[in-house]
Amino acid sequence: MSVTGNTTLAFSEEQAMLLEVAREFCREKSPMSAVRAHLETPTGFDPSLWDEMVSLGWAGIALPESCGGSGMGVATVVPVVEAMGRAMLGTPLVSSTLAAQLLLRAAGAGPMEAVLTEIAAGAPASVALLENADWGDDTLCCSVDAGGILQGSKKFVTDAGVAELFVVVIDYEGAPALVTVRAGQLPPGAVTPNTLIDQTRRSATVDFSGVTVSEGNLVTGAQVGCALRDLRLLGALLIAAEATGSAASCLDTTVEYLKTRKQFGKLIGSYQALKHPAVDILTSLDSARSFVYHAASLVSDLPLDRDAEIACRMAKAQATETLLYASDRAVQFHGGMGFTWECDAQLYIRRAQWSQQQFGDARHHRKRLAALLLD
Amino acid sequence: MSATEQELNDFRAEVSAWMKDNKPADPGFLLPQTFMEVGDEQQLEFLREWQHKVWSAGYLGMAWPKEYGGGGVDAKYQRIADQEMRRHGVPICFNVIGLGWAGPLINDIGTEAEKARYLRGILSAEDIWCQGFSEPDHGSDLGSARTRAVRDGDEYVINGQKIWTTMGNFAKYMILLARTNPDTERKYDGLSYFLSPMDVPGIETRPIRKITGEYGFTETFFTDARIPADCLMGEEGQGWRIAMQTLQYERGAEAGAAGGLAMVRVTIDDMISQLGDLTRDGAPVLKDPAVRDRLVELIMEEKALSLGDRRAHIAPLCSDYPGSLPLSHKLRATEMTRRMRQFAISLQGAEGGLYVGDPQARQGGFWQRAYFNSFSATIGGGTSQVQANIVAEHVLGLPK
Repeated sequence: MSVTGNTTLAFSEEQAMLLEVAREFCREKSPMSAVRAHLETPTGFDPSLWDEMVSLGWAGIALPESCGGSGMGVATVVPVVEAMGRAMLGTPLVSSTLAAQLLLRAAGAGPMEAVLTEIAAGAPASVALLENADWGDDTLCCSVDAGGILQGSKKFVTDAGVAELFVVVIDYEGAPALVTVRAGQLPPGAVTPNTLIDQTRRSATVDFSGVTVSEGNLVTGAQVGCALRDLRLLGALLIAAEATGSAASCLDTTVEYLKTRKQFGKLIGSYQALKHPAVDILTSLDSARSFVYHAASLVSDLPLDRDAEIACRMAKAQATETLLYASDRAVQFHGGMGFTWECDAQLYIRRAQWSQQQFGDARHHRKRLAALLLD
Repeated sequence: MSATEQELNDFRAEVSAWMKDNKPADPGFLLPQTFMEVGDEQQLEFLREWQHKVWSAGYLGMAWPKEYGGGGVDAKYQRIADQEMRRHGVPICFNVIGLGWAGPLINDIGTEAEKARYLRGILSAEDIWCQGFSEPDHGSDLGSARTRAVRDGDEYVINGQKIWTTMGNFAKYMILLARTNPDTERKYDGLSYFLSPMDVPGIETRPIRKITGEYGFTETFFTDARIPADCLMGEEGQGWRIAMQTLQYERGAEAGAAGGLAMVRVTIDDMISQLGDLTRDGAPVLKDPAVRDRLVELIMEEKALSLGDRRAHIAPLCSDYPGSLPLSHKLRATEMTRRMRQFAISLQGAEGGLYVGDPQARQGGFWQRAYFNSFSATIGGGTSQVQANIVAEHVLGLPK
């Protein structure tokens, strides 16, 4: 068997249509001026824009029709997220999609119908997963005490400030379990916002200690572990899609500058020292996009198989490195301008550092790919 | 009428059986991995016999017209035959410049006389073809070709020099780019294209010893060499356009090749399988974390190329930079190959310092030789640096 293995790449009509619609929407509604206007607001996005996205059905693309979704699966979210990445548009879409996927995969649409219906209708949700900075550490300290009360706090919870619903990953009798917690259940002062390098993002430390856990908001069972593994892979895929979009517009920004800026009497884009790295970015971006849509071709509502896992990990490893390189060179190639706040290169290089670590950096995934491919 | 699934499956089984029965035994000398590595008569005769055999069996030139030695069937059959050749690991069909470049060109734009004269010999391997495009002073800059062709009655008189003529010392014909008019405003307009014989007085070839220590290319000198005027393809001044069309076949951007394996594809799997008993710090080399990380990067590069070939056919996923995938393919594939082969040597420990000829060299020094030969692809057909310029200018729209 070949180590390069499965090379499936399919792109449906629905995906093509959504990619087109999403690009158009983002171009129109999320120009850089709009993105910049929300860099320092508490939520980081325009609520009316989120409402429009919800009314387009984006919050429920991947959810079953029984929950008010469109039943097209998580693969169809990929082009939307890529388009948003291109426009540097934040919003809780990725957080909500992942929270819904986790519940759907751990408990099924039936038992989760009420909660998933809320998410499809636009209630922002977020998974409270990490307890430290290590994406490779699965140990859980958050748990339910003898009195049925949640104890422990979670770090780097995305969109925690606006989330109406948290899916908290806990240890329950020695196995992973999920607790759904409503924002209203949190004691005052439970949410401590982070100051993020990427100002289009929001996250926080959330202390869940004191929240009462009941039968109705606890999900246990063997499938939780599998759902968590899929969550990490789907998270990697969506962040990869977004990073691919961001890298594409970052490259556009750089190329535009190389075509117009003159130094020593020549357009700087005519110098091979700048030209060739621009091509390196392009080819890296080409690989990232191929991996992203390859992975999107292999994921479904079923537990992800080995090929899908390989594809998601490759997508994240490639897209992360692409955006890091594209944004690093964007700053450098803009010269003095690139060192300023005013230049958009800063948005991309900040996004790159944030995006890199989400769901594991390139080395994290290559390490796991090595085990999948070489052992 | 198109072939049915059943017919194609039956055909695949037939070719597969034939390849299995007819795959030549190890000849006891290193066989060329590409047509650019045919260094001596022994290799030449072996490959000539093999190609003739494949053609005689009906598995080469399947989509070329029957009256010129082809099979006259749908190209799907040839693709299946090629896949089976690759799967069975049989030798290459080495007359690549004829099969893959000159042949399709003659098929597409040649006259009846040219087709009748050249195509059969290309397929049967009786007539080996070479290419006279590159010149010593401007490798990747074909438009500046200076070799002169001057009309004199029924003949053209050729003077000048070509370099990197693959199999120049074995070839019967050359596709030759020469300048018929030195005074045109645009240098491209003064070029003409010839299907030139090699066995005429005044054409001399001198084998070039490669970095590997072997042969495969020649320098070709033209000194008042007289070739018949009907060797001119098309008309005077059309040379550049025809040369560009030839490059389309060469780069695989245009269909029409006769088929057969042009090269033995060396994959990451081949590299991994050579590691065998190699160790690093006393443990299997495949357990070393740094090696594993780099290996996964290379696997991803190889996979990204395959995926890119697929994505290139999905228009909505190529809308931002149309042409990017096909135009960057040569750059990416050849650079990846070069890096992969050097990495293979780096994994051999002290054995990495051995070379072809040493009985202890791993796989007879295959990887050392393959690494050196890989530069023929990163330099030939437009260097990687020129390729990068092409992508930058044509895809990204950066200024010249």
